[in-house]
Amino acid sequence: MDLENFSSKLLQEAVDEFAKLPGIGKKTALRLVLHLLNRDQEEVNQFGNTIIKLRNEIQRCRSCHVISDGELCPICADNNRDHSTVCVVENSRDVMAIESTHQYPGIYHVLGGIISPMDGMGPGDLNIQSLEEKVEAGQVNEIILALSTTMEGDTTNFFLYKKFRNHPVRITTLARGVAIGDDLEYADELTLGKSIQNRTLFENTLSSQ
Amino acid sequence: MLLKSLFLTHFKNYRQAEMEFSRKVNCLVGPNGVGKTNVLDAIYYLSMCKSYLNAVDQQNIHYDEEFAVLQGRFERLSKKESIYCSIHRSKKKQIKRNKKDYQKLSEHIGLLPVVMISPVDSVLISGGSEERRKYMDRVISQYDKDYLDKLIRYNRALTQRNRLLKEFARSGYFDTDSIDIWDEQMIQLAATIHQKRRSFTDELIPVFQRYYHTISGARENVGLAYRSQLHEDDFRKLLTQAIEKDRVLQHTTVGTHKDDLELTIDGHPIKKAGSQGQQKTFLVALKLAQFEFIQKVKKIPPILLLDDIFDKFDHQRVDQIIQLVSDQHFGQIFLTDTSEQRVKELLVDRQTDYRLFRVSTGGQVEQANN
Repeated sequence: MDLENFSSKLLQEAVDEFAKLPGIGKKTALRLVLHLLNRDQEEVNQFGNTIIKLRNEIQRCRSCHVISDGELCPICADNNRDHSTVCVVENSRDVMAIESTHQYPGIYHVLGGIISPMDGMGPGDLNIQSLEEKVEAGQVNEIILALSTTMEGDTTNFFLYKKFRNHPVRITTLARGVAIGDDLEYADELTLGKSIQNRTLFENTLSSQ
Repeated sequence: MLLKSLFLTHFKNYRQAEMEFSRKVNCLVGPNGVGKTNVLDAIYYLSMCKSYLNAVDQQNIHYDEEFAVLQGRFERLSKKESIYCSIHRSKKKQIKRNKKDYQKLSEHIGLLPVVMISPVDSVLISGGSEERRKYMDRVISQYDKDYLDKLIRYNRALTQRNRLLKEFARSGYFDTDSIDIWDEQMIQLAATIHQKRRSFTDELIPVFQRYYHTISGARENVGLAYRSQLHEDDFRKLLTQAIEKDRVLQHTTVGTHKDDLELTIDGHPIKKAGSQGQQKTFLVALKLAQFEFIQKVKKIPPILLLDDIFDKFDHQRVDQIIQLVSDQHFGQIFLTDTSEQRVKELLVDRQTDYRLFRVSTGGQVEQANN
């Protein structure tokens, strides 16, 4: 299929825009654009306006940097949540993942990335200063490090640990172990090894169920 | 452990081939270029999920076909294991154990241990230190997943640290905190890597020397030594001392990525002082030691693949090797040779069960005895 010579320049421009999205190739882009053309004009207007509005009005929470409609996100604004426990995550998607567990009563802190010189990310590019301010103001009792278990995640964890270890704050990290519902036979050796090393009291598993 | 049968489709020069094997010795004979080694490589592939000879998967497919399929029926600890592997020109390769897909190839590696002795091993002697590190890494990772994980992480941290050094040089700004966090990761990982390489070589060395002397008739004195900057000094101290140099060169000059195996004969490097026959004996002894090591860890004898092993050996050494490997503690053996006569002479009086396969042009295989 020759995508360079569309019958319409407008069509081609729209296809090019869609093809810039992750996971969308030229063929899929064309399918989406043609689909939009078959919909009501009003519907398509709404589609376009929603995206424009999203881009123009979206904010970052001034306290935790999560994507938010207002200056302060609903989680930080909620006085029923435990503001002395801060869960440090890489991005807003991680906040959504942990929120959907309904297990976490504390607040978050979004770093906006992890340390990786290969991707041009250094400690200075992350939202660390605002976390430091919170800790120094004495508002924080516990920091939960919830970054991915990659080399870069571990290194960022270590950087934060070094920064805050001399403050009166408990620093914890997510447990690594066998997934719920997994047969031990199929658990990978590394995870299983960690689970044996960091085993927990059976009593504690009773209360958490 | 043993391989009972092998079925090849479009693998290298084979269009289709089916072989039923002996529990003990299997010999593939025929002239150069008919595909004897490819059978050994297929067995290696089913065990390690990659070719011993060609790392590019697509090049292991018959040149005018789209895909290749390897199937092996194994017997491991009295249980049947059927392994299926397909290599496609445009798809990811697939390995199945008893018709069940693996999530990760690394889960399969180590299940069916093999040791290959091949003429390409000579790069261990002639090549750079990277080849010898790769050798250690390959053997240790086969039985120790934690080592493999730490090694991958170490290499990742090293790449990041080197990148940071380049970035410092470019921007002219140096920040100790940023480099420290990578140092800290590398120090922890290197400690495990260093310790595991050391205990591996410590165990390997005496076994290796024993095999060398058995094969050669105990004339020369051979040595194998693990060399690492971490023997001399604490890694943290080494990194601190080297930082100025690292900044100038823009890469990390100390660490386990500089380790080496020193191979010597009568105290001199074997690369310079050893004859071709001595070098080959050295490699065979090293591989047989590796065999014994894996057997000890896995508690099952690996399959031994001997590719063109008799070339360059005098009669006595050939005899010693055959004597050694037909011993009970070696399990199933596959070997290739150009001379049917030589193989028959070697095996006929030994009362060892063996099968002879004649391979001819175009990957035709015919079983020649019983």
